[in-house]
Amino acid sequence: MIEAIRECLGQEMEADKRVVVIGEDVGVLGGVFRATDGLQARFGKERVVDMPLAEGVIVGSGIGLAMSGLRPVIELQFLGFGHQAFHQIGQQVARLRYRSQGRHSLPLVIRSPFGGGVRTPELHSDAFEAFYTHTPGLKVVAPATAYDAKGLLAAAMESDDPVLYLEPLKGYRLTKDEVPDERYTVPLGKLRVARAGTDVTLIAWSAAVNVAERAAEELFEQGISVEVLDLRSLNPLDIEGITESVVKTGRVAILHEAPLTGGFGSELIATIQQECFYNLEAPIIRITAPDTPYPLGGVEDLYIPDVDRVVAEVAALVKASA
Amino acid sequence: MSVSRFLPDFAPISPFSRLSESGILDSGASPMSDEAVIEALRYMMLTRVFDDKATSMQRQGRFGTFSSVRGQEASVVGAATALDPTKDWIVPQYREFPALIRHGYPIENFALYFMGNPKGGTIPPEVNMLPMQISLAAQIPQATGLAWGLKMQGGDGVVITFFGDGASSEGDFHESLNLAGIMKAPVIFFLQNNGWAISTPRENQTAARSFAERALGYGVEGVIVDGNDLLAVHEVTTQAVAKARAGGGPTLIESVTYRTGAHNTADDPTRYVDQQELEKWQQKDPVERIKNYLRSRGIWNETLEQEMLDSCAAQIDTAMEIARNTPLATSNAIFDHVYAEPPQRMLDQKSDWAHRNGGA
Ligand SMILES: Cc1ncc(C[n+]2csc(CCOP(=O)(O)OP(=O)(O)O)c2C)c(N)n1
Ligand SMILES: [Mg+2]
Repeated sequence: MIEAIRECLGQEMEADKRVVVIGEDVGVLGGVFRATDGLQARFGKERVVDMPLAEGVIVGSGIGLAMSGLRPVIELQFLGFGHQAFHQIGQQVARLRYRSQGRHSLPLVIRSPFGGGVRTPELHSDAFEAFYTHTPGLKVVAPATAYDAKGLLAAAMESDDPVLYLEPLKGYRLTKDEVPDERYTVPLGKLRVARAGTDVTLIAWSAAVNVAERAAEELFEQGISVEVLDLRSLNPLDIEGITESVVKTGRVAILHEAPLTGGFGSELIATIQQECFYNLEAPIIRITAPDTPYPLGGVEDLYIPDVDRVVAEVAALVKASA
Repeated sequence: MSVSRFLPDFAPISPFSRLSESGILDSGASPMSDEAVIEALRYMMLTRVFDDKATSMQRQGRFGTFSSVRGQEASVVGAATALDPTKDWIVPQYREFPALIRHGYPIENFALYFMGNPKGGTIPPEVNMLPMQISLAAQIPQATGLAWGLKMQGGDGVVITFFGDGASSEGDFHESLNLAGIMKAPVIFFLQNNGWAISTPRENQTAARSFAERALGYGVEGVIVDGNDLLAVHEVTTQAVAKARAGGGPTLIESVTYRTGAHNTADDPTRYVDQQELEKWQQKDPVERIKNYLRSRGIWNETLEQEMLDSCAAQIDTAMEIARNTPLATSNAIFDHVYAEPPQRMLDQKSDWAHRNGGA
């Protein structure tokens, strides 16, 4: 996946001189995960900038760069440090268009790895997507595959709205599906049916999609047919795509790495019960992290929902309402 | 009338130092007794031994990602030895192993933290320190408030907070210096300028000629010191501590040093560090320098060194053994200590988790 992101950035920078990449360690080092490897050598220090270590000014000056006519792609080294920029993202990025009554567009992409499972040091691994989906004006996408990583990033860069583009820390190197060489886009707001099924809809995004798919495979052995939806984009949300699946299966399980309370799963449940209440055969379940801070790496496997847990909870859901 | 202009000054400045690069003391009196220097050297050697051990364990998958102190031992130890652990506080970043150990934080807890075991976070009640801070600069406002609060309550404890050249670009640093100046908070801002923030060189953090002179803009005293000179670091920190204790307010100390190792065990500095520059700094090794000083005083030799190394190794081995034998927490470790009075909803989750993971 990381190669797909890098390739996309290179192609977009090649195609459009207005694209600049700014962030911590994005230059010579090519980013701590190498997403920008080689870009500074290709496009120069003016367009690939090692910023001072201050997320607030990285995002805030990105707003200004965009208003000056450039199309900045900002790398936040880890979403955990999005807090340091939240006054700019939540309060400013998301509402510049509205506050200027359409005068200013914000063609800005903030890329950031998030989520756990790779034993990072403390405070690096939280899945904070719900902070940002609760921020009207900001689009939020979270690819699970390398193909989508490339296509969604290109779409995000094309968009005249600010987009938070979330990269799965866990899937960075693990995900190795085929990616076409040429430029293409994957539209924002269209989910992907990662696996078709008939008994239950299992909704996930980002790194959790892989867990969902593996669980679905095991559940298949047990005679349960799971439809796995990879949301790809949390805002805009593909309500139609979700409804279509739920109407078919009548059961829903939502899987996310973030804590239960106030997680994006809550929003999905509210929406699904409104759209498909009479199609539901059982209460919707959530399989999530508990309502506690992301722990140190040594116990993170107990925190993040794993395949076994998904299998057990989805099987219980289906059996209870069979 | 002429306009007051505050133009950047680029006249060369040299960091305060006491020892020559070969370890010879200038003509003044030493700020540290020989015993104090030897004790400090032991913390420096202990750090080297720990760093080597932890790095090799990390390579074998028995330790997490961690940042060694290599090259900065005099900087950290010189500052730490100016403190009185019974009343002064340390508010750390993450690269200050010997300061925390001298203050009383158990080595095994430090190790457990980087092994990913939540038990490592435990700070014994008598140890005046806040947890290590990974979120850069977030500790600096906290240190400021802590110092302000100590002062408000009439104590004479002071606070030292450590952070890097990179962290000093965050708003938290600037906001804190400003507040500390206004409140005359007894806090020492100890900025370790080690040349790098991962791969980002110091030049990308500020156009100013030094970090220390930023203090001026906040009405705070700034000092710049040779961070590879134990005696000099100890001396300026001792002065700053005395000033703060006496009600004289904060000081920003820029300790000029160099990270001669990798940023952390996940980093590959050969991608960005200039080899010649690195070698230049390796020549200025702070541990060698202080040993040379002791040799020049005629109180250091191979035997003493070997004894010290052996005792450091034994101490580290013991701590690592304890850490290794500490069981990795059960799922309860995810739920314990989140609240003083946990909500029932979370307690229900705790029992679900315990049940699912084979009991607490
Ligand atoms: C707020 C925040 N942003 C980014 C990071 C990622 N990060 C970890 S260490 C580091 C460089 C820190 O440099 P410096 O403050 O100079 O300390 P040093 O590591 O050199 O001791 C970065 C960017 C972080 N931990 N916290
Ligand atoms: Mg540094």
